Amino acid sequence: MSVEVRIPTILRTFTGGEKAVHGDGATLQEVLDDIDARNPGLKDRIVESEALRRFVNVYVNDEDVRFAGGLNASTSDGDVVVVLPAVAGG
Amino acid sequence: MTAVLKIAREHVDAMIAHAREDHPDEACGVIIGPEGSNVPTRLIRMTNAERSPTFFRFEPQEQFALYKQMSTTGEEIVVVYHSHTATEAYPSRTDISLASEPQAHYLIVSTAESDASEGTVSVRSFRIVDGAVTEEEIDVTE
Repeated sequence: MSVEVRIPTILRTFTGGEKAVHGDGATLQEVLDDIDARNPGLKDRIVESEALRRFVNVYVNDEDVRFAGGLNASTSDGDVVVVLPAVAGG
Repeated sequence: MTAVLKIAREHVDAMIAHAREDHPDEACGVIIGPEGSNVPTRLIRMTNAERSPTFFRFEPQEQFALYKQMSTTGEEIVVVYHSHTATEAYPSRTDISLASEPQAHYLIVSTAESDASEGTVSVRSFRIVDGAVTEEEIDVTE
């Protein structure tokens, strides 16, 4: 068991094309550190200066982590994390 | 090979109507289709959370709901559309730096000439991948 992290198309260059990767950790931060160890560079595209990037939405079990502790959001075995870059522009 | 976006007349008309309704704010939305098909079949208007004449961002909960729906049905975003209300239908620097759907056609409707009324609008389509913009032809099917 572990946490499943769903990877958007644009970041699959970091996962060898995989749509989802798995990691361990009691918080989102720990899970991202864990998957970054095997997919170097991935975390940098989600996190900036120790916070979530402004134009990346992250959900743990359907809950937007911006309202659930951000990188400190708790995670446990079987949870699903969805990374979704904001569709935005000017 | 020249890239072409094949798109139905009703979708083009619906995007223009949406852009006019929301003018002077930017309108935005998607046309989704079966994954890997490159065929836009269903247009879904999205709420511009910014409600701004110079910026758009899909309302995050709506975007997440769309994501969930598409994962169930095996669909993906084929077209991302938005309007420019004071400038030409060409990707802005912000559009380019935030483009995050490499499989999508980025379609821009400009209402700069005609505002919210009937009149000239320009509609152009682009690929935006790794900061590179490539315009493509639009083939409107009846």
